[in-house]
Amino acid sequence: MSASKSPNLREHRLGRLYPLLLEQLPKDAIITATEELHAYECDAFTTMRQLPLLTVLPDSIEQVQHVMRCCHTLDIPVVARGAGTGLTAGSMPVENGVLLGMSKFDQIHEIDPHNRTALIGPGVRNQAVTDAAAPYNLYFAPDPSSQLACSVGGNVAENAGGVHCLKYGLTVHNILELEIITIEGERITLGSAALDAAGYDLTAIMTGSEGLLGIVVAIRVKLLPKPASARVLLAAFATIEEAGTAIADIIGAGLIPAGLEMIDQTGIRAIEELMHAGYPVDAAAVIICELDGSEAEVEDELASVISILKRLNASDIQVSTNAEESRRIWAARKAAFPALARLAPDNYIMDGTIPRRALAEVWTRINELAEEYDLPVVNVFHAGDGNMHPSILFDSSDEDQHQRAFELGTRILELCVQVGGTISGEHGIGLEKINQMCLQFSSHELSQFHALKAAFDERNLLNPGKQIPTLARCAEFNAMHVHHGEMPFPHLERF
Amino acid sequence: MNAQFDLQKEFAEYVRQAYARQQQLHIQGGNSKTFYGRRVSGETLSLRDYSGIINYEPSELVITARAGTPLHIIEATLSEHGQMLGFEPPAYGPTATLGGIIACGLSGPRRPYSGAARDFVLGITLINGKGELLRFGGQVMKNVAGYDVSRLMCGAQGTLGILLDITLKVVPIPAYEETRVLEADETQMQTLLSDLGRRPLPLSATVLDENLLYIRLSGARAGVDAAARVIGGDLLAKPQGDRYWQQIREQEHKFFNRARETDTNLWRLSLAPATKAIPDQLISNQLIEWSGALRWVYSHNDDEALRQWTQQQNGHAIRLNFADASDRTFHPLAPALHALSQRIKNSFDPAGILNPGRLYADL
Repeated sequence: MSASKSPNLREHRLGRLYPLLLEQLPKDAIITATEELHAYECDAFTTMRQLPLLTVLPDSIEQVQHVMRCCHTLDIPVVARGAGTGLTAGSMPVENGVLLGMSKFDQIHEIDPHNRTALIGPGVRNQAVTDAAAPYNLYFAPDPSSQLACSVGGNVAENAGGVHCLKYGLTVHNILELEIITIEGERITLGSAALDAAGYDLTAIMTGSEGLLGIVVAIRVKLLPKPASARVLLAAFATIEEAGTAIADIIGAGLIPAGLEMIDQTGIRAIEELMHAGYPVDAAAVIICELDGSEAEVEDELASVISILKRLNASDIQVSTNAEESRRIWAARKAAFPALARLAPDNYIMDGTIPRRALAEVWTRINELAEEYDLPVVNVFHAGDGNMHPSILFDSSDEDQHQRAFELGTRILELCVQVGGTISGEHGIGLEKINQMCLQFSSHELSQFHALKAAFDERNLLNPGKQIPTLARCAEFNAMHVHHGEMPFPHLERF
Repeated sequence: MNAQFDLQKEFAEYVRQAYARQQQLHIQGGNSKTFYGRRVSGETLSLRDYSGIINYEPSELVITARAGTPLHIIEATLSEHGQMLGFEPPAYGPTATLGGIIACGLSGPRRPYSGAARDFVLGITLINGKGELLRFGGQVMKNVAGYDVSRLMCGAQGTLGILLDITLKVVPIPAYEETRVLEADETQMQTLLSDLGRRPLPLSATVLDENLLYIRLSGARAGVDAAARVIGGDLLAKPQGDRYWQQIREQEHKFFNRARETDTNLWRLSLAPATKAIPDQLISNQLIEWSGALRWVYSHNDDEALRQWTQQQNGHAIRLNFADASDRTFHPLAPALHALSQRIKNSFDPAGILNPGRLYADL
C-alpha cells in the first residue's frame, strides 16, 4: 500500500495544496519526497502503512491554523501525529491526506509550582514534563510504558494510562485545559486553569478522541507531589488463579496500590532474558505491587499486602528497599514489549479491559483460545484496573498465521465485551481495532458518535476512517462474524 | 428489574414521541436543584420512579444505580461496606438523586484532592433527544472505546441526554480523619497551602473562614499524624469537625445564611488556586475552599465586573440564588466555544427538546 492508488488525485492535490501552504510555512516545514515520507507511514503498529500526500511540521499555532484552513478549503484530510508511538495505527496517514507532525511543539511554556500545573506544547515528551517538574518535588502522573518517547499530545489523543493510573488516574484526570484548532482553523480553549469550566466538559470529550475532533496545540497538565516513600513488591505464584485472587483481595481489602501488575510465565521469561531483573522464571505468574505514601503508611500497607500474598501461597516475595531496586523492577516491566519482540517476528497486542472479578476466568479462556488457534499468547498487564494486554505472537509473513492472529484477537476482545468489559482500556481504536468497535456498540450508539464528530468536523476531514466504524463497515463485519446465524451474544440486551 | 427495564423502554418511547411532536421536556430528579441554572419550561419528565441500585460489588469499587436513586440510599449502601463517593457531592436536600448530582456535575470539599464527579463516572446509559437508548462507557476503570460521552453528561444538566443508569467508581472511606484549625489571612493561607501542596500530605479539604484556616486530613492514621505535626494548629474534635465539613459541603455554614435567608445572590468563583486576592471593591465577603480554587463571595454591586475579573484570571463565575432559577447563572462562553457547544447539543438533541435553555438561553 505504499504508493498511491490514484496518482492523478495525488498530483492534483499536491499541485493545489503545496503553493497554498507555502504562503505561511517555510519550505523546510513541508516534506514531499517519498523517501522522507516513509518515516511517517505508520505508528508503532507497523503492520499497517500508508504514505501521506505530504507531511507538514509547523512550529507555531498560526501555522497550524493555516494548514487547517488550507485543508478545509481544498477538502483534504488531515491526520495529526505526535511521537508515533501509538499502537493502533491511529496516526497512520490516510491516502492522499496531509500528515500533520506536531514534533516542533516541544516547549514547556511554564511550570507553575504554586498552582501545580505545567503549560506545555503537545510535542513535549511525557517524561520531559516529569523531569522539568522534579525541582519542585512534582511530577506528571500518566506514565505509559513508552513515556520516554511518547508525546503528551499523543497521551491526550489516546487518553493514555500507564502503570500508576490505578491510583493517580488516566490522562483525562490529569489535564485541566486544552487549546485546540478546529478543522476550520479556529482556535478554542477547552477547560480552564481552574478545576472546572463553564459549559460542557469538552476536555473530557477531546481526551481520547484520537485526532478526530481537533488539533491540540497547548495543554495545561496537573502536577502531583512526589510520594515520600514508594516500595515495590514482586511475588510469584504457582497458579494463575491464585495470582488473580491476590489482585482481587488486595483491592477488596481497601488498599489502592500505586500500581498492580501481573505477568505470565512466558512474559516473565522473555523479560528476564532481556533485563536480568531477578524475576522468578519458574512461576506461573508474578504480580508487581507498588505502594506509596508516607513512610509509616507504606510500612502498614506492605504488611497487609504481604499477609494476603502469603495466605495465597505466594513465594519469592521481594520488596524493594531503595529507589534503585524499585526502578529495576519497573524498568523490567516496562521493557515487556521489547522483550516479547524477541520471541516472534510480530506481536499483536490486545488492550481489552474487564472487571477484576473476571480475571482468572478470562485468562483461562484466553489460554484455551490460544491453543485452539495454535498461537502463543503472552499476558503482561495492568491487573489492578483489569486492563489486559494479551500479546499474540506470530509471523506476518505467514499469511495463515497472520489471519489466525487477527481472528484470535477478535475472539479475545469479544470475550472482554462479554464479561462486561471493553475492547480498549488505553491504547485506543485507531484503524487496528475499528472492526471490534462493532462488537461493543449498537448502530444508534455509533451514529451518535458520528453526529458528535460532525459537530466538530462536519466534512469528516480529521483522521477520517479511524476510531468510529461506519454502519456499513459494521454490517459487513457482523455478517462475517455471525456464528451459525446468531448475533454475537444473543443474551445481551440490544436496542 | 423487568418493570424497570420496561420503564427504560417507556421513557425512550415517550421521548421518541416528544421528538416527533417537538415537545420540550423538563427533566426532573428530586427537584432539589432548580436554583442551579435557568428556568426550563416543558412537559415534566420525572425520573424519581426509576430508582434502585442495579449492581454493587465492593471488591470491584464500582456501583451502578438508576438515576432516580436517592443520593442518601447510595451513600448509606456504600457506607455499609466501608466505601463512599470520592467527590463528596452536596445534596441540597433529602430528595437529591444520583442522576441530579451527576447531571449537575457537583463536587464537594474533597474535589481538589481526590477528583470531581466526572472523574468517577465510568459509564452511563442515556436517552438522546431522538428517543434512542444509548450506552457509553462501562463498568471498568479504563475505557477508551469511542468518545467519552459519559463524562460529557456530567454538568450538562440533561441538555444532551436523559441519564438512566449511572456507573461510578467508588473509594474506601479513609481509615482516619482529623481537622486542624490555624489562624491565617488569605496571603498566609496561600503561602502555606502552596507549600503543603508540593508535599505528599493527605489533605482532603481546606476552608479559609474569616481568619481561620481549616484543614482536613484523611487517610491511614500514621500518615495523618505525620501531616498534623507538619501543619500544627489546633485539633477540631471529630463531631464538630464532621459537622463543619457537612455544613461547608451543603453550603449551610453561617457564611451562606445571607444567601439562604435573604434574596442575595451568591457567587461561586472557580480559579487557579494561587490566583491573587479578589479586589476589595468587587466583593463584600468571601469564604475560600479548595486551597484557593473555589471562592464563595458576595458581590458589592452584584454586577458583571466580578465576572470580568474572574475571566481575566482564566476562571469562571457562577451566580446562584437559592430561592429560584435565574437567567444569568453560568459564565458566558467565548463565541467560538458557544457555537461549538450548540452544535454538540444539536448532535444529541436535534429538536432541542431536552431541558432547553437550562444552561444558556440556547443550550
